Amino acid sequence: MKRAFFLLPLVIFLVIVGYFSISLRPGHDSHEIPSAMISQPAPGFDLAGLNDSKPLVLDELKGHPFVINFFASWCVPCRVEHPLLMRMAAQNHVPLYGIAYKDKPEDSARLLATFGDPYRRVGIDRDGRTGLNFGVYGVPETYVIDGAGIIRKRFVGPLNAVTVDKELLPLLKQLGQS
Amino acid sequence: MRDGKAMRRLFRALALAGAMLLLAPFAASAVEPKERLPDPALESRARTIGAELRCLVCQNESIDESGADLAHDIRIFVRERLAAGDTDTKAIQAVVQRYGAFVLLKPPVEPATLVLWYGPFLLVAAGLIGTAIWLRRRPSVVTEATPLTTEEKRQLDGLMRENDV
Repeated sequence: MKRAFFLLPLVIFLVIVGYFSISLRPGHDSHEIPSAMISQPAPGFDLAGLNDSKPLVLDELKGHPFVINFFASWCVPCRVEHPLLMRMAAQNHVPLYGIAYKDKPEDSARLLATFGDPYRRVGIDRDGRTGLNFGVYGVPETYVIDGAGIIRKRFVGPLNAVTVDKELLPLLKQLGQS
Repeated sequence: MRDGKAMRRLFRALALAGAMLLLAPFAASAVEPKERLPDPALESRARTIGAELRCLVCQNESIDESGADLAHDIRIFVRERLAAGDTDTKAIQAVVQRYGAFVLLKPPVEPATLVLWYGPFLLVAAGLIGTAIWLRRRPSVVTEATPLTTEEKRQLDGLMRENDV
């Protein structure tokens, strides 16, 4: 009994070490908020297309899995992930659609003209309401949506080659087969 | 006379502190004039809701306190819902549906938050039990110290003298 008491600080210490090794593991961001929208139907949208393209409408995208990327010209991390989006569109043929979040259309257009346009189509979300309906709390955010219009995964912050190759592409492939 | 003066000064300081405390909630609000609803009753409901919702960008401020763009958008969203006839619960529910329970500054009691809600009580209970055990084991009567023997006294005197040199 007495001896067990002396071990108590050690046990508490191990619990704390366990907690920190989980919450401080590399690649884990404690500020990241789990999405409430996973496994929920994507909120409907009907957005004016950028550069006078056709409107971006959720119902028209359904039928095959696709990827929605919220971006903005004023967003620095978006530029970080931009080359990766270009690669995903060119090499992996990802059906990638952009939503310009709280951005002036001319600025979004200039961004895509300068760095290349990885999107099949871009919708303009000038007041950020579509973003709010998705639960977006910062750009970039990327959503994988299946053919039935159900949100399957959300990526907060810039994508990187590892998350794309290990998570996004396999998920998309799996959704395409089922 | 001097006492009266000091008293009055103290009263004045207390009154000022009280006024500042009363005004603090207004000073902290980031709600912009043009966001406000024309109906004061609706606006006050929106304020109550706004104080309960977390700004997801800053995470330690409510949307009413935060100057972040997203907080502004959610304030507008809540006001639109209220103006459209939603109850407070429904308007809050609409935000939770989009952003998850994390958006509530006061988390709901659910399995994932049980430790958060009841953990402190467990810790206090553990402390009380520990204290009770410690009190029980402690000898209740302090035994009287036995006086020094002549031999011990002689040794002590020797040591004291050594120290003096």
